[in-house]
Amino acid sequence: MTKVEFVYTTYIKSTQQKVWDALTTPEFTRQYWGCELTSDWKKGSSWHSVRNADGQTNMIGKVLESSPIDELSFSWHLPDSNQESDQSRVTYKLETIADTVKLMVIHDKLESGSTMATNISQGWPLVLSSLKSFLETGTALDVWSLKPCIAASTQTKQEKVGAK
Amino acid sequence: MVEDANKVFKALADPSRRKLLDRLFEKNGQSLNELCLQHDMSRQAVMKHLDLLEEANLVVSIKQGREKLHYLNPVPIQEIYSRWIGKFEQPRLQALENLKQAIEDRENDKS
Repeated sequence: MTKVEFVYTTYIKSTQQKVWDALTTPEFTRQYWGCELTSDWKKGSSWHSVRNADGQTNMIGKVLESSPIDELSFSWHLPDSNQESDQSRVTYKLETIADTVKLMVIHDKLESGSTMATNISQGWPLVLSSLKSFLETGTALDVWSLKPCIAASTQTKQEKVGAK
Repeated sequence: MVEDANKVFKALADPSRRKLLDRLFEKNGQSLNELCLQHDMSRQAVMKHLDLLEEANLVVSIKQGREKLHYLNPVPIQEIYSRWIGKFEQPRLQALENLKQAIEDRENDKS
């Protein structure tokens, strides 16, 4: 299977510390992402995401690299898939440029044409624009009432398949 | 924010630039050479368009070895969507929410 990668960037009027905190603190991620992402975000530690909507764990992984407030990299997969091939990788890169923070999200090692690749390519723009709005205006986007979480749609489809 | 939106609209106003974005949507992470192959434009014109797209943050490039790979970044379009269209959806969503609440209340009354 061919692997694909996606790269997303947003410029946020904030400080690098605040953007880092917003990405790594469950109390914040629940507000703009619709999920609580929990970990100590140290290299080798595991992380998991719990959906606000139903309290289900919808995504898990391990921290691959961590250099606080500059870069964070972690593996990303559904809780029920342990195969190496199902594991993709997310990397956050933060950089301060004048009074803004450039946040780059690289999601790679994705299988081309997979449900996960489709879902994350719809999900990240939502997450990032919601995060930007959350940090700049204090209000996250309402889009989450339509799409509670990028991982949520993947899980729902899985559950539907499983239910048949 | 207004300035950012201006750049996005300006970048999207050109059909050649929209075509470049379509190419990246079809295949993300292309080098300048790859993009030039599919385009009936001069290398210089493609470069100029890519610069404008990067300036508007609609394209992000990453250096990989000697090459620079270009990626489609739809985040600014999402921001515009949220700003201008998302708010029009809000009353409709509220109406759905009210309907759901009304049905649930009625169900509760029955039991």
